[in-house]
Parts: sequence; structure tokens; C-alpha cells
Amino acid sequence: MRRLKIQKLFFYLILFGMTIIYLGPFLFSVSISFNADKDVLTWPIKLIPEEWTLAHYQSVWRDLPFGQWLVNSVLITSIQTVSNVFFSALAGFAFARLRFPGKNIIFSMLLASLMIPGIILLVPKFIVLNEFRLINTYGGLILPGLVSVVNIFLMKQFFETIPKDLEEAALIDGCSYFRIFWQIFLPVSKPALAAVAIYTFQGSWNEFMWPVIVSVTNDMFTLPVGMAFLKNEFSVQWPLLMAGTILISLPTIAIFLIFQRYFVQGVASAGLKE
Amino acid sequence: MADVLLKNIQKRYDKDVLAVKGASVEIKDKEFVVLVGPSGCGKSTLLRMIAGLEEITAGELYIDDQLVNDLSPKDRDIAMVFQNYALYPHMTVYENMAFGLKLRKYKKSDIKQRVQEAADILGLREYLDRKPKAMSGGQRQRVAIGRALVRQPKVFLFDEPLSNLDAKLRVQMRMEIKKLHQRLQATMIYVTHDQVEAMTMGDKIVVLKDGEIQQVDSPMNLYHEPENKFVAGFIGSPASNFLHGKITQDTELAFQSKHCTISIPTDTSMGKRLNNHVNERVILGFRPEYLYDKAHEADKRLSIDLVAIIDVIEPIGSESYVYFHFADMPSDSFCFRSNSDIHYVPGQKLKLGIDLNRLRFFDEKTERRIK
Ligand SMILES: Nc1ncnc2c1ncn2[C@@H]1O[C@H](COP(=O)(O)OP(=O)(O)OP(=O)(O)O)[C@@H](O)[C@H]1O
Ligand SMILES: [Mg+2]
Repeated sequence: MRRLKIQKLFFYLILFGMTIIYLGPFLFSVSISFNADKDVLTWPIKLIPEEWTLAHYQSVWRDLPFGQWLVNSVLITSIQTVSNVFFSALAGFAFARLRFPGKNIIFSMLLASLMIPGIILLVPKFIVLNEFRLINTYGGLILPGLVSVVNIFLMKQFFETIPKDLEEAALIDGCSYFRIFWQIFLPVSKPALAAVAIYTFQGSWNEFMWPVIVSVTNDMFTLPVGMAFLKNEFSVQWPLLMAGTILISLPTIAIFLIFQRYFVQGVASAGLKE
Repeated sequence: MADVLLKNIQKRYDKDVLAVKGASVEIKDKEFVVLVGPSGCGKSTLLRMIAGLEEITAGELYIDDQLVNDLSPKDRDIAMVFQNYALYPHMTVYENMAFGLKLRKYKKSDIKQRVQEAADILGLREYLDRKPKAMSGGQRQRVAIGRALVRQPKVFLFDEPLSNLDAKLRVQMRMEIKKLHQRLQATMIYVTHDQVEAMTMGDKIVVLKDGEIQQVDSPMNLYHEPENKFVAGFIGSPASNFLHGKITQDTELAFQSKHCTISIPTDTSMGKRLNNHVNERVILGFRPEYLYDKAHEADKRLSIDLVAIIDVIEPIGSESYVYFHFADMPSDSFCFRSNSDIHYVPGQKLKLGIDLNRLRFFDEKTERRIK
């Protein structure tokens, strides 16, 4: 009994420590974003501001093209999320359920492409898009992220767990394969689809490397890129940066809170099912 | 409603797996045909070829005189009930049943009427708005049957639809499907590995083994006149007893095995047939119900006394299955059915006789019935 209690205590201590490590920087950012300029870099750190201010948040909207960046980010992220869900489901269905020549070879090639670190692909991707004159355009920002192999793989794995009987019953009922996909497989795959949507949203919303390479002018920046440019050679506008960052992270947090159930379910059923 | 004709149908999965080796069956309109056999014998494969879910490697399949080899399932006008129900989990019972009709562009009012009708027949009236998840196995299987019913197809196909249900429900559903058949007067093809299900439901039974049809016959004919040793052993429970031995003709015609020797009267048709097989190795098959305790049965024409020693008694209520061995040979066990009023004890010695009219002989090599 006693030992159990001590074990439990120990366990909670570890959890608490981890929480501090993960949450600490975030809380610190929140605090900075509300702190008056003069208190930002004082020691000891004032986690609870002496003087609350919304000035930095106002400044983000007033002094930066934050609205434009927001539009860019929303546009890119929503297109990429929708297209990822749609295409990875379609491709996943084909790989899981249809028979066509070269299926295994194509799928192996897709998987093999995962072995190549993304960084290496930046330059060739840039060159190709440059040839198409897509640098510094929405096309250049959006096209490379329309579909991802990981998502295809996820959907394929999920679709493979759906009993074959279901597909056959639908065939006998008179469905075409597209209808089976659309009316049977998609509706029963909500958890997996939600997982794909959430992952893609997160990845796309926070993506930094690609937008920073492909966007040249200020008006094509996404939110993370715009924020990064607040760090210039001479100074870092910490409070402004933090206020912007907090604003950027709000949608992700909101989505996680709303879809928490789906998120966990999706991870469980998409990755580990049987 | 339709005839189904299978002409030398074959199925090859991989290069070396011949799952169905040339099946020819004629299924008449309104017939209830059962495909039965041990696991892996190819019954599902055969049914799925009729459904169009599996390509036919060779042979011809006709539904109502139309060659349907290359027709897709939806154009064959068949409906199928699966072992795992295969209900659409995101649709209600009503939607599950209506789905096929919707796809076939029936009018809304027609769909409604047909679904209601099927729901009434199957006792699903109150459940129409439920999702399958919220139903028991028996109810789900009813929905699956309902889904087939509303379509009013030419042929109903069932693949072990009852094997996920408990024993009691299975018996009940068995009867309901049978009633349904009488009511609809439709052609039904039913797959099961359970010979009791096959016997009780089928007008005609197709016995399969290793992808080959062993016999196609009515239940009673299968039971009394099996074509070969496999059918004799597969149909009937408890299973037939078999003795390996030889036909001899010393002073009289007899079957001689290491367990016993049974003289065969030459005035029976069996005796006349065996005259041509003297000195050949044969297998004698006899069902547990054709063995009698001589102390309690005097009327039947029984063989000479066989001395048996009782091993185990299995009372099932109406009767008892008594397992025994012949003297000095405890390794081979046999069975006879007895009236449960008679009290036996393990180790008891008794004299048994086989009903001489019920002896069935099989060639030891080919295992085909000698007739
Ligand atoms: N898709 C497949 N690919 C290769 N071989 C298969 C395939 N499906 C079935 N088989 C083989 O064909 C044979 C017949 O299988 P089938 O499913 O028809 O058996 P069954 O009689 O329905 O058995 P059960 O009672 O277990 O359902 C088996 O030996 C099986 O291994
Ligand atoms: Mg089967």
C-alpha cells in the first residue's frame, strides 16, 4: 500500500516536471506578450506582469502586415488540408482495395521517398518551381504540400482494417468502386480522416522552411515567416514577436481542444489498430 | 426466381491452388440448395463465384439460361448474406435495407413499402432507426437478411449466416430462414460447414471435399445411400463407424476384420453384390443407430453377436451415445445409440448386433460405395 503511494507520488512528480518543461516556455511567451516593454528583460523574470498591456497585440495588427499574412496562411493551410484529406483518402483506397498493375512497385517507391530527408529535396524542388515561374506565388507555396506520402500510408493502413465483406456487400447492392469509396469507406473512416486533417493543418500552419524559401516579398509571407522577420540584424522585438506567436498558436490549440477525442482516437486507430 | 446451372466450374487462386476442381450442379427454380463440407473445401469460393465476387477460372455459370460468367455482381440479380453480417455501420437499419434499392433508382414510396414489408416479416419494425452497433448478433443477421429480401432477387446466397450466433438462436434462425424460403418461393443457395444445418434446411445438398463435389442429393438419400466413405462419415451425428476388412467366402459369404467377422446373408441385395468382391479389401460402414443391444432388440434382422466393452456413455436426454471397443482392441473406439432408459456402466460387456439391411460397403482403395 505504502509503496504504491510512493510510486504514485514519484510518477506524478515526473509528470509535473515534464509539464513544466513543455509548458514553461509557452507560459513565458504569454507573459512577455502582456508585459510592458520596460519589464520584458528584467531579472528575476516577472511571470505575472506588474503592468498588463495589450499594446503589443495592437501593434501586431497595426504595425505589421499581419492581416495579409493571416490571409496567406489561412489560404494555404485550408487548401492543403482539404486536398490532403481528399487525395490521401483516394490514393489510400486505391492502394488498399483496388487491383491494378504496378501497384506494389508504385507503393514501394512512395515509401522509399520517405527515406530521403526533406531538406535534401528543397533545392531540386526550388529549381523545378523556378522553371515553372512559381517562385513567390501562391502556386509555389501550395502545390508541393497538396498531398503527402505519410497521409496516404495512414489512410491505406486504415482502409485495410475495414472488412472486405463490407465492400462486397456494397458491390452486390450495386455500388461502383467510387461509390464504395464515397458512401461506405469515407463515412466509416472519420477518425482517420480527422487525424489526417489535424496533422496536415498543424504541419501546414506551422510550416516554416518551405515558405521562407519560396516567398520573396513581404506580401507573400505566411505568419511564421513574417514573425521570423521581426528578428532583424539589429534587434529582436521580443514582445511583438511573442504576441504574434501566441496569436498564431491559437487556432492549433483551439483545434486540439475541440477535436481532442478524434485526435487520440485517430492516432490509435490509424496507427496501431490490430 | 430462377434456375442456376453450374457447368464444370473451376477456380484457381494461385498457380497451384485449385480451390474448386470442376463443379457441375443443376439448381432448379425455388430450390433450397445447401453447399456443405469441411473447412477449406471450397464452398465459399463456389458461392462467391456464383455471386460474381470471384472470377470463374473455367466453366460456365448460367442464371436463368443466361451465361453470367462475365457479369458483375450487381447485374446478376442476386443478393448475398454474409457470415459477419457486413452491415453498413454508419447507416440505420432502414438505410441499410434501402441502400440497394436507392442505387437501383426505385421510387421513394416503393422503397419505403418494401422495407416496411421486410421489417414486418423479420420482426424489425421497432429497430428501423437504430444503427447496427446498437443491435444483437441475431438482430443484425436479420437486418442482413432483410437487405437481401427487399431486393427480391432471383437468387439468394448465404455464406454461413448463422455461425456467429449462439446454438439456440441458430436453431431458431434456421427455422425462420426455412420458413422464409417457403413463403418467398425463391431460389436459395446456402453454405454451411454444419451437416445438421445442411440436413435440416436443404431440399438438395451438395457435399464438397477438397474442391470436389462428392455427392449431390436429397438429405435422406445422402444419409441412407452415401456415394462414398467421406459422405457416409460426414453426414450424420455421431459419425458413422467404419471397419476395415476383407470379403471372404469360406463356408459362407462374410466380412472379416480384425475386430469381428460378420456373415452376410446371400439372399439380400447386398449379399448378391458382394459376391463379385470376394477377397477384396473393403470398408464396412454402419451408423450408430443401426447397432442394437441384443438384450433389448429381438425383431430386427441382426448380425451375429459382437462382444463389446463400454468405454464412455454420453446421455443427451432423449437417447445416449455409448462408446465402446471390441474385446482386446481398446485403441479403436466405436459408437452406438441407445435408448436412454437402459442403464449402462463403463466396463460393462454386452452383445451387439448390426442391422443387416443397413450395411454399407466401400472399396478400400477408391473409398467408393460398392453397389
Ligand atoms: N483469395 C485466396 N487466395 C488464395 N487461396 C484462397 C483464397 N481464398 C481461398 N483460398 C483457398 O481456397 C480453398 C477454399 O477456400 P474457401 O474459402 O472456399 O473454403 P470454405 O469451404 O469456405 O471454408 P470455411 O468453411 O473455412 O469457410 C482454401 O484452401 C483456401 O486456402
Ligand atoms: Mg467459407
